[in-house]
Amino acid sequence: MGEPSKLGVGARGLVLGLGCLAVLVPFWAVLMTSIASPEEINSAGGFVLWTNEPTLDSYRAVLSGGIVTRALLVSAGITAVGTALSLVSTIALAYALSRPGTLLQKPILLMTVFTLLFNPGIIPMYLTVKQLGLLDSYLALILPVLVNAFNVIVMRAFFQGIPGELRESAYIDGAGELRILLRIVLPLSKAVVAVIGLFYAVAYWNAFFSAMLYLQSSEKWPLQLVLRTYVVNNTPIGADQLSSNLENLPPQISVQMAILVISVLPILFIYPFIQKHFAKGLMVGAVKG
Amino acid sequence: MRSLRDRWRRDRVLLLLALPGVTVLLLFHYLPLGGNVIAFQDFQPFLGIWHSPYVGLDNFEPVLTGDPVFLNALVNTLIITLIQVVFVFPLPICLALILNATVSERLKRLSQSILYMPHFLSWVIVVALFQQMFGNGGMLNAWLRSADLSTFSVVGVPELFKLMITSQVIWKDTGWSTIIFLAALSRVDPAQMEAAVVDGASAARRLWHVTLPAIRPVIVLLLILRLGDSLSVGFEQIILQQAQVGAGASEVLDTYVYNHGIVGGDWGTAAAVGLIKGMVGVALVLGANRLAHALGEQGVYAK
Repeated sequence: MGEPSKLGVGARGLVLGLGCLAVLVPFWAVLMTSIASPEEINSAGGFVLWTNEPTLDSYRAVLSGGIVTRALLVSAGITAVGTALSLVSTIALAYALSRPGTLLQKPILLMTVFTLLFNPGIIPMYLTVKQLGLLDSYLALILPVLVNAFNVIVMRAFFQGIPGELRESAYIDGAGELRILLRIVLPLSKAVVAVIGLFYAVAYWNAFFSAMLYLQSSEKWPLQLVLRTYVVNNTPIGADQLSSNLENLPPQISVQMAILVISVLPILFIYPFIQKHFAKGLMVGAVKG
Repeated sequence: MRSLRDRWRRDRVLLLLALPGVTVLLLFHYLPLGGNVIAFQDFQPFLGIWHSPYVGLDNFEPVLTGDPVFLNALVNTLIITLIQVVFVFPLPICLALILNATVSERLKRLSQSILYMPHFLSWVIVVALFQQMFGNGGMLNAWLRSADLSTFSVVGVPELFKLMITSQVIWKDTGWSTIIFLAALSRVDPAQMEAAVVDGASAARRLWHVTLPAIRPVIVLLLILRLGDSLSVGFEQIILQQAQVGAGASEVLDTYVYNHGIVGGDWGTAAAVGLIKGMVGVALVLGANRLAHALGEQGVYAK
């Protein structure tokens, strides 16, 4: 190959560097502002990029009970339960579809793939959820998105890649389908289960519109709705919402930034684990279909 | 061929395994399709779908007569799609080419880790971050104030709204979208590339004659998918910011359906617009795919 020109290397480095800065700077500013002291925030007129007197007061205010704490628990619960249910039903469906010659396999596969092509629309979805009596229930945030056809297809492709001889020999040894799935197929599929589990988890954690559409009472709000109300819409958040027993509430902006940090943190935490699997080319193979 | 009974006995465990997933897909993807009948009803929530009176095509009136509110939503949708196809779509290709040409494996991996990340953040977080950076009380203006420069508003200005949401899309998804192009780039035939070098092709000519043709099928495929999605533009993203700029600049088809139906209670019209949008959407995917076949590309599904 041709020698890379100095100019080309420099230009590429510059673009990548600017791109990374554009991603990182907002996070840095938000994090610093959430732990800066009130005096620093006052003198900076809002955001700070460096703090000499870090304080966790805003986190204490937000996490000492009250609306943010509750929303955090709600989001964590929905994410945990939803991800578990989604994984079980996705694995089960993908496994059933991965076995050649199964009764009704073609129609079930077609039915699954077709859901990728159309979207039922907001109004019919709302009416369906309402008819099923799920309005204002957490199930409305889980059941409609329980199974994602794309994830089923990816997982099915992975199961199909497992050599058939393994299954055959277990079958001859007298193992039933369930045992084969649990003892042979799943242990070989940890990577795909991890990635798809994380995809589901991120989707549940991030869900905002479904909560806005289906949940009526604000006591049930997940974190994303709290974030919208108090950070995006700038609704003042005070002692009543925080039920904080701190004498002086931290500045509004610190509290807002603390909520923002708390809602980003779980994503930042699991991100390296998902990232590990990109490297293996797993998702690339999946996208390729 | 075994008898049906034998097959049922052999496969019943598998069918049982498929049951929860199939049920959910039927309940939340296929059953709601039936709900579209309210597009032809004067739907009254207390009468329900079974007892509301049918009104023929009355609900389609805003669409058929070109009601200005509906037209505004349609035009906004198309403008945003156009902007995003022209300005957003090529960016991941360029970024993938840059990443692909980066020799240092460490720099490449590090920047990939950072650039993919925003994709996993919710729209609420992205919108909040943008407001905190560019809002009137945001970082940019605070900095301008401290430097005694005049401040300027970006957030909440209707004229800048489309620019704003486009930048948000770029920030959130450019990095992530490179994945598929990088995969395609990794399959460019090294022998062809070497031959081009031996033949004295410049970097630009290698890009034009070797690299780009190799990833063309992927580009066409993604362009088709994007065009098929022409009528859907960032619903969550827009609904979050609509209050600040008003409907004039920000109403798109999806928000029209939501605002008229769920918020406004005009269920029939909202469902009618949603139904047309859905049908045109499917037609667009199929049409774009046929176009791809006609141009000799593979498209989404094989012919």
